[in-house]
Amino acid sequence: MQLAATLLDARQISKRFGALVVLDRVDFAVREGEAIGIVGPNGAGKTTLMNVLSGAYPPDGGTIELLGETVTKTPAAQRCSRGLAKTHQIPRPFLGMTVFENTYVAATHGAALQGEAAYDLAYDALKLCGMVPIANRKAEAIGLLDRKRLELARALATRPKVLLLDEIGGGLTDAEASELVATIRELIHRGISIVWIEHIVHVLLQVAKRLICMADGKIIADGNPASVMSDKAVVEAYLGSTPE
Amino acid sequence: MTSNLLQAVFLGGNYALIAVGLSFMFSVMRIINLAHGSLAVLSSYLLFVLASKFGINPFLGLLIVVPVMAALGWILQRYILDRSARGGELLPVLTTFGLAILLDNLMFQRFGADTRSLAPYIGDLSWDAYELPGGFMVGKLQILTLATVVVIIAALQLFLKKTQLGRSIRATAMDPDTAGLVGIDAKRASAAAAAIALATVALAGAFLGMRVTFEPYSGGMQLLAAFEATVIGGLGSLWGTLLGGIVLAVAQTLGASIHPQGFLLGGHLAFLAILFVRLLRGRAFVSAWLTRARA
Repeated sequence: MQLAATLLDARQISKRFGALVVLDRVDFAVREGEAIGIVGPNGAGKTTLMNVLSGAYPPDGGTIELLGETVTKTPAAQRCSRGLAKTHQIPRPFLGMTVFENTYVAATHGAALQGEAAYDLAYDALKLCGMVPIANRKAEAIGLLDRKRLELARALATRPKVLLLDEIGGGLTDAEASELVATIRELIHRGISIVWIEHIVHVLLQVAKRLICMADGKIIADGNPASVMSDKAVVEAYLGSTPE
Repeated sequence: MTSNLLQAVFLGGNYALIAVGLSFMFSVMRIINLAHGSLAVLSSYLLFVLASKFGINPFLGLLIVVPVMAALGWILQRYILDRSARGGELLPVLTTFGLAILLDNLMFQRFGADTRSLAPYIGDLSWDAYELPGGFMVGKLQILTLATVVVIIAALQLFLKKTQLGRSIRATAMDPDTAGLVGIDAKRASAAAAAIALATVALAGAFLGMRVTFEPYSGGMQLLAAFEATVIGGLGSLWGTLLGGIVLAVAQTLGASIHPQGFLLGGHLAFLAILFVRLLRGRAFVSAWLTRARA
C-alpha cells in the first residue's frame, strides 16, 4: 500500500510565552485525506499548536512544511493561499459585511478566484454549511450558532487542502452537533484533510480516524482512536488519576 | 445670517475634504495620523513649486502630486507606521507626531517663513462667485470644493463596498489576523489604504492653497480642524465626516456672530460638547463600537 502524501509537516515545534513552555518540541504531520482529532486538558497547547501552524505567530523552535515547502516564517495569508485554513475557537466574522461577503472575500483572496468562479465557491461554501437563506444578512445580525457555521463556511471558501478546526462543536445541541458531523464528513469525502480540536469526544470520534492527545505542551498519545482513549497516560491526563 | 450659514456649509466642505483622509486612515489602520495637516501643506507646497517654477496649473499639477503623495503614503505605511504599530497603540501616534515636526521644519528650511498661495495660478476661480436666488453669493471655488469632497466620499464608499481591494481593506480594518487567515495580505491592504488616504490629502492641500494662504507651520491648524470634524462626525464614518465638517463650520460661524473673536472658540466648544455627550450618554454606543473595532 502506498502511503498518502504528507501535506503539513511540523517538526520539533516549540513555543514559549514568557517562561511558560506551551509547546515542547512537538512533531505533527497531516497526510492527504486524514481526519485527525486532537484532545487534551485545557492548557495542553492544542490551540497554540494550531496558531503556530496557521501562522498567527512564529514558533520559537522547529520547522513547518506545507506541501513540501518550508513555511516556518511565512505570513498566514500565504499559507492560506497554499491551502491551509483555520477556524477560530470564538467566531470572528468580518462585521459590517454580509454573510455572503464574508465568504466571498475568502474566495477572492484565499482561493484567488475572480468574479463568477469566486461567487460560485462562496455560494457552495454557504450551501454546505446551510447558510444560504441568511446569506444577505449582516454578520453582526446573526446568532452564535450561525457565526460558528460562518467560521467554517469562510474557511471553506479559501478552498483548503488542510482545514484546522478549533473547537467548532463547543456549545452545540446534539441535533446541531450531528449536523456538523455530517458537514465535516462531506468535507472529508471531498478530500479535505481535517484536524479537529474538540472537547466533546463522542462527537469527535464520529469523524476522527486518528486521535492525538496532548498534555503540557507534548503529544502523549497518537494513533487509533480506540487505543488512544484507553491509553493509561491519556486517562491520567484527562481524569487526573488512574481509575481502579 | 442665512448667507453666513450657507457660507458655513461650504466652509464645512473644506474641513471635510481635509478630514476625510484622516478619518479613512483611522477607520482602516486605527492610526491617528498627526502628520495629516503637515502632509496637506506639503502637497500645497509641491503644487506651488510646480506652478511658480514650471508654470504648471495647480489642477494639472495634481496629476503629478496625487500619485506622489499616494506613493509617499504607501512607503510611510509599509516602512514606518507598520513597524511602529508593532510597538503598541501609542507608538504610531508618537511616530506621526515626530513626522509632523520633521515635515514642518523641513518645509521651513526649504521654503522659508513667507506665506504662499495657489490663488494667483487659478485665474478667476479664486474670487469669482455665482449669485443664487435670493441674492446669496457663493464662490465657484467653494462649490468645486464641496462637489469634490462629495465625489471623493461617494467614490471611497463605492470602492470599499464593490471592489476586491476595497473588501480586503474592510476585512483588514475589522480584524487583521483573521484577514490573514482567509488569504488577505493585511500589510498590503493597509499600505493601499494609506496610499488612498494620502491621495485625498493631496487634493485637500490643493484646495487649501487655492482658498487661503499657507506657510510651513500651517499644518497644525489643518490637523485640528480635520480632527474635530472627524470626531464630531463619528470616528471612521466618511459621510459622518462631511457632516462633522459642516457642523464644525456652522458652530464657528455662530461663535463669530456672538463675538468677533468667537470663530475658533465656537468650533472648539461644539467639538467638546459632542465629545462629552458621546462619552456620557453614548457610553453603551461607544463601547459597542469599540468591541466592533477590536472583534
